[in-house]
Amino acid sequence: MSTRIYVPIDSTALSLGAEKVAKAIAAEAAKRGIAIELVRNGSRGAFFLEPMVEVQTPAGRMAYGPVQPQDVAALFDAGFITGGQHALSLGLTDDIPYLKNQERLTSARIGITDPLSLDDYITHGGYVGLVAAFAMSGADIVKEVTDSGLRGRGGAAFPTGIKWNTVLGASADQKYIVCNADEGDSGTFSDRMIMEGDPYVLIEGMTIAGIAVGATQGYIYLRSEYPHAFATLKEAIRRARAAGWLGQDVRGSGKAFELEVRLGAGAYICGEETSLLESLEGKRGIVRFKPPLPALQGLFGKPTVINNVISLASVPIILAKGGAFYRDYGMGRSRGTLPFQLAGNIKRGGLVEKAFGLTMNELLYDFGGGTLSGRPVRAVQVGGPLGAYVPASQFDLPLDYEEYAKNGAMIGHGGIVVFDDTVDMAHMARYAMEFCAVESCGKCTPCRIGSTRGVEVIDRIVANENRGKNIALLQSLCDTMLNGSLCALGGMAPYPVLSALNHFPEDFGVDKTEAA
Amino acid sequence: MSSHHPAPGVDPRQLQSLVDRHADLPGALLPMLHAIQDEFGHVPEQAVPVIAKGLNLSRAEVHGVITFYHHFRSHAPGRHVVQVCRAEACQAVGAVALEAHAKRCLGIDFHETTADGAVTLEAVYCLGNCAVGPSLRVDDDIVGRVTPERFDSIVAELRAEVSA
Repeated sequence: MSTRIYVPIDSTALSLGAEKVAKAIAAEAAKRGIAIELVRNGSRGAFFLEPMVEVQTPAGRMAYGPVQPQDVAALFDAGFITGGQHALSLGLTDDIPYLKNQERLTSARIGITDPLSLDDYITHGGYVGLVAAFAMSGADIVKEVTDSGLRGRGGAAFPTGIKWNTVLGASADQKYIVCNADEGDSGTFSDRMIMEGDPYVLIEGMTIAGIAVGATQGYIYLRSEYPHAFATLKEAIRRARAAGWLGQDVRGSGKAFELEVRLGAGAYICGEETSLLESLEGKRGIVRFKPPLPALQGLFGKPTVINNVISLASVPIILAKGGAFYRDYGMGRSRGTLPFQLAGNIKRGGLVEKAFGLTMNELLYDFGGGTLSGRPVRAVQVGGPLGAYVPASQFDLPLDYEEYAKNGAMIGHGGIVVFDDTVDMAHMARYAMEFCAVESCGKCTPCRIGSTRGVEVIDRIVANENRGKNIALLQSLCDTMLNGSLCALGGMAPYPVLSALNHFPEDFGVDKTEAA
Repeated sequence: MSSHHPAPGVDPRQLQSLVDRHADLPGALLPMLHAIQDEFGHVPEQAVPVIAKGLNLSRAEVHGVITFYHHFRSHAPGRHVVQVCRAEACQAVGAVALEAHAKRCLGIDFHETTADGAVTLEAVYCLGNCAVGPSLRVDDDIVGRVTPERFDSIVAELRAEVSA
């Protein structure tokens, strides 16, 4: 009998050499006449251990990592095929503390299964939610999602069930489900991990959404920076259709749902929902005025559910286990779990799915192990390029949408970018304005012009030209952008800028005592 | 380092067939532009009127879409496209220094191509590889933990492919 060996095919694992490791293992096994079955799984998300190789043993899956091609012969010598000890041994995968201490609901299967195997998906609890939904009315499905307390995981945290209910109540000859997979925020990769590591959970979630609100066509709008996710999604959709999980009569339910993945083209603004819809329609990604809401007049003017990848991928477990099961995780109005992403200058970076309510300190130190450089953490940016810089004094706040908002910050998509004490916060503030200028769609003045002026004003502050007056000008400019922009790009770019200025005035040449 | 862009030289029949193949899709323009760029390495100027006619749009509308999106380029790139991530997570682990090194070592700025035609350098804002930066995209491959030395060996490999 052949031994099953897992080598991840996730982008990050590949970026660290997983492909060469897989080839080396296959070649070494052939050379030694050992029969193996090589499975290309998603990543468990402990990226500091990638490329992480797992071997199926009677005791469970044994992990080794990070493995480089030159380690492979020694691993065979050490008998890793039967779980033998080696310097790279990590023990049973399930006992690795980083993984063991998580609460994985949405990302439960990532890294465990072969992403493209429908059999694997179904063996590990897949399609239970959709089959349950077949027997329910649209209104009951929407109620289950509403009861779960699920809120939009793309960043805005709008209750998913309420959005669905609006589309359910709209009457039209055609409705759409659109998945926002334009995961452009730096420090985020949970959408990518779902699409590369467990694509069927997204397909199932979108199918449930379609059945719930009466939409028969879905689109996944994927950023062009994710070539591997694109290939995986296309193949998963093909296989799901071939097996009857997509099509005119999904598994004999009498319900139709078709799905297509469309590629974006490198515009950050297309993560904004109305801009995304314009882009899907084949236009420039220019933000629309709201109202009308996309739920009533969305894609091609039709009622449209537009949700983030993680929101839609959380739906199958809610339908499988009930809204109450999901709602029991979390705190306050932040229910369920969030796949946080530890990124930047962090020793143990990766995906950490936990219920809302834990603290930044727990994430940064218990999971993350502090900085990669070994220097003290100075700031973390939470929620992408439009998220605030959070100083160490706030690391004890519970990670909860409302608690963060109260402190001028946001959780957003759960991306956490760590900086050590060598960071220049005036440079980061300038970068936030520069990024906004590069990516602005140009429709509204505060964003289009304000971001360019913002770069100039920060340059003058740093050069100590009329510093006091220019700081007042920057604050006033940020106020205009916050209140006068059409969407979150111009409306939130001031968050990183002002938080950098308020928490780290010394980097702008301002005396800390004077600034307070 | 898989994808090789074919030498410039656009076959009008091939262009027309790509336009025809996508024209009936709802929201056809982006899929069409992707197909054209995948085929020719860029969206050539002469494609604009053909696309406009195929989709019943003005040439200005087509031009507007091509120039709005960072991904689409109007000129043929080098044999390989190297994108350096400029986003925050990569900056936290040395992306600014890597960017400077890349420009110095290749002798070009962003959106430029080396004199030997081997490499076009571009900026990218996040590759979703944020836990193991600084990151590059080399054609369709993502590379993590890129030091200046690693960058040099990647570029040397890309250049060696030509003479091989």
